[in-house]
Amino acid sequence: MTASDDLPWSAPQQTLLQDATFMADLRLMMLRFATLQLSNAHAAEDAVQEALVGALKNAQSFSGRAAFKTWVFAILKNKIADTLRLQQRSVNVGSLVSDADDDEALDELFDRTGHWQADERPATWSNPQACLQQQQFWVVFETCLNALPPQQARVFMMKEYIELDTPEICNAVGVTTTNLNVMLYRARLRLRECLENRWFVQGERA
Amino acid sequence: MMNCQQATRLMSEAQERTLSFRENVALRLHLLICSGCKNFSTQIPWLSQLMKAHAHGQDQQASPPPGL
Repeated sequence: MTASDDLPWSAPQQTLLQDATFMADLRLMMLRFATLQLSNAHAAEDAVQEALVGALKNAQSFSGRAAFKTWVFAILKNKIADTLRLQQRSVNVGSLVSDADDDEALDELFDRTGHWQADERPATWSNPQACLQQQQFWVVFETCLNALPPQQARVFMMKEYIELDTPEICNAVGVTTTNLNVMLYRARLRLRECLENRWFVQGERA
Repeated sequence: MMNCQQATRLMSEAQERTLSFRENVALRLHLLICSGCKNFSTQIPWLSQLMKAHAHGQDQQASPPPGL
């Protein structure tokens, strides 16, 4: 987005807009998220633009980049939720099928009788509350989210981040409740495993 | 007897819907004897809390401005 000279920018707005790297990174992150959720580059572009404009209007009330980022994502999230609710299902069967390839990787978590493989059995996470305060943990968390197959990431975030309910997600993605449950299950298995391996357990198992 | 794959699937579904009485009993019996799934059962709701904390900027120790 470009700053036009005839607008009376407040100091915080100017600071944010002048921080070209931050704004460019933020816009890219938003675009990636919106494109994944909406499966439509145009709609994603619009949602990101609107969210940025909306957030910048209120830039006076932000004490820094982190607060601005949080808020602009909250606005984006609401825009995406509205768009998805209005959409008469955007079936994207092709991309759904591609996620099915990952069955094998997940099946390796369990042995032939459906019990945990010895080295895959979930360990005890010590003091998970403490991780909330650690910047490094959130880097790991984002890495693990980004490592999910796209459609799993999409529905997981629809459920837990955008906070759509099951019928709304099924409608937006064009899947049955059973399919959705399987996708969410796989997303959780992967995310849990990733967090455990990269954060909670260093080389030992319960 | 329920295996770990079935148990974890049910624990995930419990995030979306209320489990039936039968499912609940079978799951609880499994959890009594399986430490891995017992850990899993506390971690899955935690994933959802993490996602929400992340969304609401607790990771940045910033609270959303009033009127949000």
